[in-house]
Order: sequence, then structure tokens, then C-alpha cells
Amino acid sequence: MTFKRIGLAAAAAVVLAGSFAAAGPVAAQEQFVPLLVYRTGPYAPSGIPLADGFNDFMQLINLRDGGVNGVKFAWEECETQYNNDRGVECYERLKAKGEAGASVVNPYSTGITYALIERATNDKVPVLSMGYGRADASDGTVFPYVFTMPITYWAGADVMVQYAKKESGGSLEGKKIALVYHDSAYGKEPIATLERLAKEEGFQFSTYPVAHPGLEQKATWLQIGRQLRPDWVFMWGWGVMNSTAIKEAAAVGFPMEKFVGIWWSGAEADVTPAGDAAKGYKSLNITGVGTSAPIFKDIEKMHADGKGVADKANIGTVLYNRALVNAFYYTEAIRIAQGEFGKKPLTGEQVQWGMDRLDITQEMIDKAGMTGLMSPVKITCADHEGGGSAVVQQWDGTKWAAITDFIAPRRDALRPAYEASAAQYAKEKGIEPRSCS
Amino acid sequence: MLYREAGQFKTSYGADQAIFPIRQDRIALLLFALVAVLGVPALASNYFLETIFVPFLVFALAALGLNILTGYCGQLSLGTGGFMACGAFFSYKLATGFPELHIVLVFLLAGLGTAAVGVLFGLPSLRIKGFYLAVATLAAQFFLVWVFNKFPWWTNYSPSGVISAPPREVLPGLAVTGAGGDPAVKYLFLLVFVAVLALVAKNLVRSRIGRTWMAIRDMDIAAEIIGIRPLWAKLSAFAVSSFYIGIAGALWAFVYTGSVEALAFQIDRSFQVLFMVIIGGLGSILGSFLGAAFIVLLPILLNNAPSLLGLHISVETVAHLEFMVFGALIVFFLIVEPHGLARLWQIGKEKLRLWPFPY
Repeated sequence: MTFKRIGLAAAAAVVLAGSFAAAGPVAAQEQFVPLLVYRTGPYAPSGIPLADGFNDFMQLINLRDGGVNGVKFAWEECETQYNNDRGVECYERLKAKGEAGASVVNPYSTGITYALIERATNDKVPVLSMGYGRADASDGTVFPYVFTMPITYWAGADVMVQYAKKESGGSLEGKKIALVYHDSAYGKEPIATLERLAKEEGFQFSTYPVAHPGLEQKATWLQIGRQLRPDWVFMWGWGVMNSTAIKEAAAVGFPMEKFVGIWWSGAEADVTPAGDAAKGYKSLNITGVGTSAPIFKDIEKMHADGKGVADKANIGTVLYNRALVNAFYYTEAIRIAQGEFGKKPLTGEQVQWGMDRLDITQEMIDKAGMTGLMSPVKITCADHEGGGSAVVQQWDGTKWAAITDFIAPRRDALRPAYEASAAQYAKEKGIEPRSCS
Repeated sequence: MLYREAGQFKTSYGADQAIFPIRQDRIALLLFALVAVLGVPALASNYFLETIFVPFLVFALAALGLNILTGYCGQLSLGTGGFMACGAFFSYKLATGFPELHIVLVFLLAGLGTAAVGVLFGLPSLRIKGFYLAVATLAAQFFLVWVFNKFPWWTNYSPSGVISAPPREVLPGLAVTGAGGDPAVKYLFLLVFVAVLALVAKNLVRSRIGRTWMAIRDMDIAAEIIGIRPLWAKLSAFAVSSFYIGIAGALWAFVYTGSVEALAFQIDRSFQVLFMVIIGGLGSILGSFLGAAFIVLLPILLNNAPSLLGLHISVETVAHLEFMVFGALIVFFLIVEPHGLARLWQIGKEKLRLWPFPY
């Protein structure tokens, strides 16, 4: 039947025309890292630089340093399409690969993180949810296998309020702040913290949920721009919601300098669709932007040798750098754990031991060539957030540039909030918090 | 030659009215049950049990529910996602509010609650039909997801709006919810649960109630004229269907994913279950299972196929290939057999009766 033959030929052609993955079968003496990525689907513009950052960093460690103390990285990507079911399936498929199983999992999706927390804790695989996921997982006694460094959404909200306060001359009394948020677990995270800060600082706080996927924001912004006229607007958006919000804000004439997004609303993919309207838009960032750090010389040399994975245009972008820092965290954790367990492929439990003792000082950052890309972080058994900070950056039409130093959140009020929320989770799940002595 | 009932005489009404009257069918069913109960947990890896069989069974139940409503009663419904959310959140509130309640009771009560909600949203069916009813059930979908998103009471005031299934045991020592559960225990629990509910569904559709549903589906005005009350028939279809779909939603949240937010029950979920029913076969219990297998398992198979065949293809290409092949297969099956996979199975059985002769 010609139909069948044409179909088979087409399938074969597509298979041959497709590009080939960097990872092959896992050999001995290799540390396996599963990569849950989304290179297709609606979030691909964000997912591709993230995935490339991981690939490039691990490739660099393998080629430049010969791995961590001789143990090279092996990794395999799995396409989740930002879908929770797929994320779980990818995790289950990859968790046992490699000599010692998966070392760490970085879901890059709040939904997938929630779905994986229990499973990964049961399987003893650490979940590194860098700057996303549940904020109360910063309490390491209830969530021994979840790490939220360097900073959580609640702390990020605090940083935004501090920045707004400074820009408003030192006081927010009587000012109006609006939160435009994605109506999901991710977007709702900062509300409780912002309500508390509203009472403390004396500002009026209003919330504007935006239904997924966030393309319908006209009514929201008309309310904000014409009725409320707040002094500051904070945004917790993701994907197309970000660029739509910026376009709508420009349409109602809201000043971009008073519009601050969280670190997932501050990438190139979010501002370029809005064009000139996005000039002056600000966002938080937990990692440095640009290619000024010394490590980029090595990365560019690797690309010149033809061994790099990323698209050259993505190097130095916000999300690519974030993935570099993320990979750096678990690389250092593996290094620490190897000091205890030996220079061999480590199990997830051993990597978690290393993560519990992760102490990244400024000297270590400078030595690794990541100066300016990250702030120091110190994880303990009970504190899985690490005391990191965030920086405020601004889009000037062509690139992001940091306009402040790293601002530290005020954690005295945040820590009890994490612990209270974690305690409720522990009670519901019947978990006995581990002791940290 | 093999599939003839020559020599099999029924000597009681019960035997005559059995669901599987032919001995060969019963033997095949017994073998299948043995494989499913003994073979699969022993031989399948945890990956297969957790990510292949568990979602298949859960979605088979949801497809069963929608098939009762759309396939047997002819009421097109796009509210499946919302009803699954109902089941998930009702069972969460029951499980956290009454910790001593047995988990099976929690699921059944959540199903009853969802049935009540389903009856409420089924009231428009008394006035509108077909695609217009689909739009009315769309209201159910969006309204229910909005309710669970908006009111923090449903998530016990959690700051992020995500519910996490508390660990529960079906028998002392056998946890089925929460990640601590052994995948084999979860699989067997689901297998028994879904088998019992499928049996109930099969008997319902063979009974008087089922015939009233089918009469409404085929020609509702004629049904009304011969004395079938459309109110009772349609609302009972909505009630039973929502009961099944609610339990499926509760099982999905508790046994499969372990934690869920209201956003997981978007309109895509409703379409997914509707496609299962259409591809599997409208008006067929077996069709619900076949359709669920097709929609849930085939993408996973297509995703894994390149690595199983030893080909090294980038994940993007695999994802694109998967979409293309999946879409092409849907079109192919609907062209070859518009009545779904269940009809293909039926044709297969008819051919088997004549085997080895062609006609």
C-alpha cells in the first residue's frame, strides 16, 4: 500500500533529520544526573536556555576538570513539556539510571516539584528547586530532601518591598502596591508574606489573579491603571503571561519603572515580545546576568572547540546563567560528599548529605570563576534556603542590567513562617521531623 | 472453530443472563485476571506499575464514567475535569477532616458528593441538547475549578493552594496513598476497585436504567412518548457518571500523583477523557478501557520507543515525533473504524467465530 510506504519513509526521514543527543549510555565511574527539560511546548522559550545551561556546565566540568575529582557527569534529558504527569513519568524513568542512581533532580516547574517531593523523599533523591517550589521546604527538618536555595518566593517578596521602600524615600506608609499573579500555586505563594508586610510597612495591598495561561489581562490592567493607580506593581507571572502583562501595562500607561517582576518574570523571552514598551521594566534576579564572569571564557572556548551544546545567542542570558548556578550548587555538593564517601559515583542519599553541608563562600565563587553570578549560600540541616539574596535588574531595551547590589531579605519573620507552614504539612502527612543537632 | 458455543446449554436464568455467557469468554477472562492479579505485580517493574498501570486504571474509570453519560445516554459533557477536581477536593477534605474514616469510604463519599454536583450541573440537559449542552457543561468545568482555586478552605488554607494526599492504608500495613505506598499494593487496590466499579457499570447499562439511557440517546422524544421520564433518566445518568468521574479524580490525586492543584483539572483533562471515550468506542464498557490505554499509554510508548530501539534522538525531536505519530494514529483509527476500538474488538470476535473460514 503506497500510503503505508510513504508513511514509513516520512517517519524514517524525520528520525534521520533530527539532531542527536549529547548523552549516550552511562559508563562506569560516572555521576548520573537526570535532566527534566521542556524544549517543546508553550514554555520552550524559557526551557531551552535552562536546559542548555545545565548541559554546558556539566560538559565544561567534564572537559575542563575531568569531572569532579575524576568522576565525570553523565546526564540524560527527558521532555516534560511542563506537564506534571510527564514530569512524574520522566522522573520515574530516569531515577534508577547510572551506577548509583540519580544524584539530584531539578524539575524547573512548581507543579512537577510538588508532585515529586514525596516520591523523591521516598527514593532518597534530593530535589533542588532553586528559587521555586514550596517555600516552606526551606525547613530542612520536615523536608530533608528538598532544597530551595538561594532564596524563596516569600523572601523575594520581602526583597521587592525593601526595594520599593528605598525607592519611595524610605517609607511605604500610605502607598498602594498591587500584585498581579498567575492564578496557581506558584502565583499565590507571596500573598501571605505581602499581606504581613502591608501591615508592618503601612501600605495598601491589592491582589489581581490572572487565569492560566494569562493572555486575558485587559480588564485587570484597566482596573489597575485607571481605578487603583498603585505606586508599585509586583508580578508573579510565567510564560506568555509576562509579555502580555507588560504590553497591557504599557497600554494603560503604567510607568515601567514601578513595575517589578519576580525572577521568573525577568528573562529575555518575557520582554522581547513586548518590544519597546518593555523599556524600564524591572525584575528580581537571583543570578547575575551577562558574560562578564571569568567562567564564560572557558565556556566560549568550549564552544569554539565545538563541544558546547547551547545556542550561542543564549549564553549569558538570564535563564542560562541561572542553570549554570544551579549546576554549580550540586557540583559543589557532590564535591563535599565525595570528601566523606570517597571519589566515586554517589547515591542520592550521599549527595543529600553533601547538600546539607553546602557552604559556598565568596572565595569559592571567585575561584570557580562565577564572580558576580551568584551570592554566597550556606545550607544547614535545618535551613535549606541558605541565606541567599536577590538583585534588582532593569531591561534597557536590549539587555538586562543589575541596578542594585544583592539585597538580603529580612529572614527574622520569614523563618518562623516557613516553620509553621512546614509543621502543618508534617502534621497532615504524619511526618516526624528529623532532628538537627 | 474455537469460538463456538455448541454444546453449551444454559439451564438457569442466571446462567442465561450472565455477562460472559460463553465458556471460552470466561476462560479468557480468568486467564486475564490471573495475569493481572498475579503476573503483573510479580513481573512488572515499579516504573511500569507506578507510571503505566496506575494512570491507566484511573483514567479507565474516568472514561467509564464519561461513557455512561455520553456513550449510553447521549449527553455530551465537557465538565469531566471539573468533576474530577470535585472528587479530589472532596476526598481531601473528608480525609483530613475525618482521619479515622477508611480510605475506601472516603472515595465513595467523595463520589456521592460529586454525583450531587453532577446532578446540579445536569439540570440544563432537560432543556438543551447536543453541542449546546456541551457548552453548559463547560460552565461546570470552569466554575468548579474556579471554586477550588478561589476559596482557601478547600486546601486547608495552604499558602500555595496545593493539596497533598495524607497517607492512608486500605488494610493495616498496606498504604495506598502517599509516596510510602508500595506500587504493587497501589496497583492491586486500584485493580480491584476499578474491576468492581466496572462490573457495577456493566450491570447498570444492561438493566432497565441502562435501557432508559439508551432510549434517551437514540430518540428522546420517542422515549418520552413510551413512558420513560427524561428527568429521571438524564439526571441519573449525570449522577452515576459524576460518581465514577469523581472517584477517578480522587484516585488520581491520592493514589497516582499524591499532590494536586486545581489547575491540573483544566479543560485539557476534559478533552483527554472525551477523546478516550470517542476512540475507545461510545457506548461500550470495554471501549473505555481500550480508549484509556490508547490515550494514556501510547504517548509514553512513543516517547520511550527511540531509546528502546537504541536510537539517539534529541528530546525535542522525540516530542515532535510523538505528537505527529499520535495524531496520525487517531486519524487512522477514526477513518478505519469510526465506532472506536471496541467495535474493532467486536469485529475481531465475529471473525474468530468463523475462523479459519473468511466468511
